[in-house]
Amino acid sequence: MAPDAGGGPFGGGLSGGEPSGGGPCGGELFGGGLSGGGLSGGEPSGGGPAGGELSGGGPAGGELSGGGPAGGELFGVYVHVPFCRSRCDYCAFATYTDRDHLMAAYAAACVAELRRAVDTEGIPEATSVFFGGGTPSRLPDDLLAAILDAVPRAPGAEVTVECNPEDAEPIRLARYRAAGVTRVSLGAQSTVPHVLHGLGRRHTPGALMAAVAAVAAAGLASWSVDVIMGGAGESDADWERSLQDLLALAEPPPHVSAYALTVEPGTPLAADPRRHPDEDVLARRYERADDVLGSAGYAWEEISNWALPGHGCRHNQLYWARGEYRGIGSAAHSHRGGRRWWNVRTPDRYVRLISSGRPAEAAGEVLAPAQQALEALALSLRTPAGVPSRALPDVPELAGLIERVGGRAVLTRRGRLLADAVTAHLVVGGGMAGGGVAGGGHR
Amino acid sequence: MPGRCRYAQPAVLPTDRIRNFSIISHVDHGKSTLSDRILELTKAVDPRLMREQYLDSMDIERERGITIKAQNVRVHWADHVLHLIDTPGHVDFAYEVSRSLAACEGAVLLVDASQGIQAQTLATCYQALEHDLEIVAALNKIDLPAADPDRCVDELERVLGLEGDGVLRISAKTGEGVAGLLDAVVARVPPPTGDAAEPLRALIFDSSYDQYRGVVSSIRVVSGVLRSSARVRFMQVGAAHDLEEIGVRAPAPTPVAELGPGEVGYLIAGIKDVGQARSGETVTDAIRPAPAPLAGYRDPKPMVFCGLYPIDGDQLTELREALEKLRLNDSSVTFEPESSGALGFGFRCGFLGLLHMEIVRERLEREFDLSLIATAPSVAYCATLTDGTEVRFDNPSQMPEPSRLDHVDEPMLRATVIVPSEYTGTTMDLCQSRRGELERMEYLSPERLELVYRIPLAEVVVDFFDQLKSRTKGYASLDYEPAGSATANLVKVDLLINHVPVDAFSTVVHRNAADAYGRRMAEKLRELIPRQLFDVPIQAAVGGRVIARETVKAKRKDVLAKCYGGDITRKRKLLERQKEGKKRMKSIGRVEVPQEAFISALRMED
Repeated sequence: MAPDAGGGPFGGGLSGGEPSGGGPCGGELFGGGLSGGGLSGGEPSGGGPAGGELSGGGPAGGELSGGGPAGGELFGVYVHVPFCRSRCDYCAFATYTDRDHLMAAYAAACVAELRRAVDTEGIPEATSVFFGGGTPSRLPDDLLAAILDAVPRAPGAEVTVECNPEDAEPIRLARYRAAGVTRVSLGAQSTVPHVLHGLGRRHTPGALMAAVAAVAAAGLASWSVDVIMGGAGESDADWERSLQDLLALAEPPPHVSAYALTVEPGTPLAADPRRHPDEDVLARRYERADDVLGSAGYAWEEISNWALPGHGCRHNQLYWARGEYRGIGSAAHSHRGGRRWWNVRTPDRYVRLISSGRPAEAAGEVLAPAQQALEALALSLRTPAGVPSRALPDVPELAGLIERVGGRAVLTRRGRLLADAVTAHLVVGGGMAGGGVAGGGHR
Repeated sequence: MPGRCRYAQPAVLPTDRIRNFSIISHVDHGKSTLSDRILELTKAVDPRLMREQYLDSMDIERERGITIKAQNVRVHWADHVLHLIDTPGHVDFAYEVSRSLAACEGAVLLVDASQGIQAQTLATCYQALEHDLEIVAALNKIDLPAADPDRCVDELERVLGLEGDGVLRISAKTGEGVAGLLDAVVARVPPPTGDAAEPLRALIFDSSYDQYRGVVSSIRVVSGVLRSSARVRFMQVGAAHDLEEIGVRAPAPTPVAELGPGEVGYLIAGIKDVGQARSGETVTDAIRPAPAPLAGYRDPKPMVFCGLYPIDGDQLTELREALEKLRLNDSSVTFEPESSGALGFGFRCGFLGLLHMEIVRERLEREFDLSLIATAPSVAYCATLTDGTEVRFDNPSQMPEPSRLDHVDEPMLRATVIVPSEYTGTTMDLCQSRRGELERMEYLSPERLELVYRIPLAEVVVDFFDQLKSRTKGYASLDYEPAGSATANLVKVDLLINHVPVDAFSTVVHRNAADAYGRRMAEKLRELIPRQLFDVPIQAAVGGRVIARETVKAKRKDVLAKCYGGDITRKRKLLERQKEGKKRMKSIGRVEVPQEAFISALRMED
């Protein structure tokens, strides 16, 4: 349970003067308090409405019983930037390589959508903002800054921008920081040339190291590096080298996301079974990553994420806590008031709709209480918070996959790799019924 | 309902004006086409209503080019009434064929002039000769370039002892020679005998179920007169019925007041189940009964068995209802409830043969909209225990433990294969690998050979015919008849998933084949069973002895690495689908196996 062990460096770093009692990210998520006292400088979270539910019914408890977060609680804004220089062949996300001419109009549409969200939906101040993609760093700095300006932010809000190594120039990073960006997530993927090539990435290891140095030197509150395991031609030694290269840096990244290469339907990778990663290989590499990162002081904060104390990504934690957020831009997903919805997929249609004054929503869903509860459990299960013990039956299949401590069931390392199988055993009734005391027990 | 009858004929037809005949022919040798030509030539069917394969009423019959139900039709030719009695065209229905032949005095032997006589045709023809039927041989398709009528005539002379001069040459397709064939039937087939003054005896040679009229039976009056107002007694089942209607098929059903000796027609008596009006049944007058029934009646005896299970367990009731309905029309199907750990609840069904099994399954799926999975076909074994008691079983999982067994007898067949001589070697290899013993080998002509084997039925029910066809490029033909039983060194191979036997895969095989079968099935299951959260051993065992072992290694990773941009919906839907999928899993020894895996394994057995 490292994230909050440092007593809230994250909060400290962000807002400078309002350290929270329990440590921001770790505290909010695991300690029982979505209300995140430290962030807004308001109420401490000890007995907050959401806090009580959190540990009993999973992170979603707040919405289930409490009528949604009020001002002062966590709220995220996600901005989707659907532009890429080239498309990685494993990527199934809504990105485009031939729409750069839309950038200015797109940014303007995002600003317009944000203004509307403020005016008509009354979105609260964001405690986290995340520019994801696509390649957000492909957007000219001033356009990104203009969008960020339109996001009402709580003091000390975390603002992350996903950044390709080739874009991570000191000048751009300085502008980001000036615009309010507090965190950069660098898509390194590997430090081994033939593995990068196999993944269809354009940067070289040299460029990557330069980018990492630039990010480390940029004076951001935190930063992160993404790596992918299981690319074609990657050996165990290659994977080891990527991990060790990152940790050997003068300033290692305080947060690492290590994703297993996933074969998404419809991608060029999907059409080439020879390059599909082997399940056993992925499991082995994952365990190695957990060993290497763990012994370097990183704690797992979610299946594919490890962080030094205080460097968890608050925005991602919001997702796992089943918190609320507003997605801006094409294909962006939103979650508010018991409803999930998503915008149209292409930037063209998005710009057209917004600029003609219409909403960009493509479709949505209102979740039944049981679905909400199951979703909350499934998401929380991916984190060290786990789920109330009674949400998982005592069956032999789960032996070795979960640990039951203090009324919570938490995935073991083997269990993390098999989290979907464990999830299939979740029992909503058991989870809902739990009224256990907040937090402490599972720490 | 006598009031509805339109009486087509006022008086009993003199027998010397009647000719009753059937057409004996191999699949594709042109029987249906010839029947169509006869209907046209005799103006029995309005040309505007004529369609191909007029007499084949079931879709399956048309598609497979075989006749399953015997049909009959009355036509007029040269001042005579001809009854054409169409016989089932497959070895599974040999008994039904024999009953149809018993209703005739003659048979047209129709042989494709490009192919020569085939095994089943030969067998049916021998049967016809046993019934003293007059054989009118005709070579069909003489218009084809590949036709070799002279060779075929030689064969018919040599094999059946027919007079070569009397063999007709026709083309059912063009109609050439068909009128001459009908003339030959009138001239050569003897008229029926039978005294109208004797007590009534009529033979049922087919029954089918009509949802409005109940059972409609095809009958041939042997002696006496059947009157539409009569009360009749079915002598074998011992039931009496008031007739609702009698008539002739011309080919449209046409009610009549009387049917005299030698006449062929139909009978309706408000019967709800064809099992009460089986082929071979003797109909007599309830008030003035005949002293004894006609000879030759036999209860249908299933030869091949399998479990039929609905793929969707919710369809169990529908399957039961479908089987009950089907049985109304086909009393030779037997079924009783059965349950399987792997497949859930279903029915153990018995069939006359493999084709019968396939047809029933296909009809269940097609006519009743069911999705079914069948276990591997099995036969009826007889085990003698060490204490001398006998145990019969047709489900391999019911085979007694080896320690209690003295010996097991299995049903045998006498199989006749006719094959072009260049395929002799490969055919003999196949028969020997299936434990066949050669009884006889004879050249029908320099190019064609007849092989007669005594072979276990169990070896024939598993893809023997397909193998034979593929090894002989489709040229071999097969016929078989029951030939008693024989003791064999048989063992039951069980397949165990995580130490729990899966009943659906238990199979009785010869000791020498057990290891190979066990290895094959264990490998197959290893490929088909998804990785679980723990190592899963898959074993094949005979008694307590493991003969093959495979392991499905434990699953290592299944977690979705990432939720893109807050798209929780997609992830939740994946998990919901996964949970839904879990419900469809069968749990065997804690191993969750999708039913599809069992189905694939059973299909691969085919």
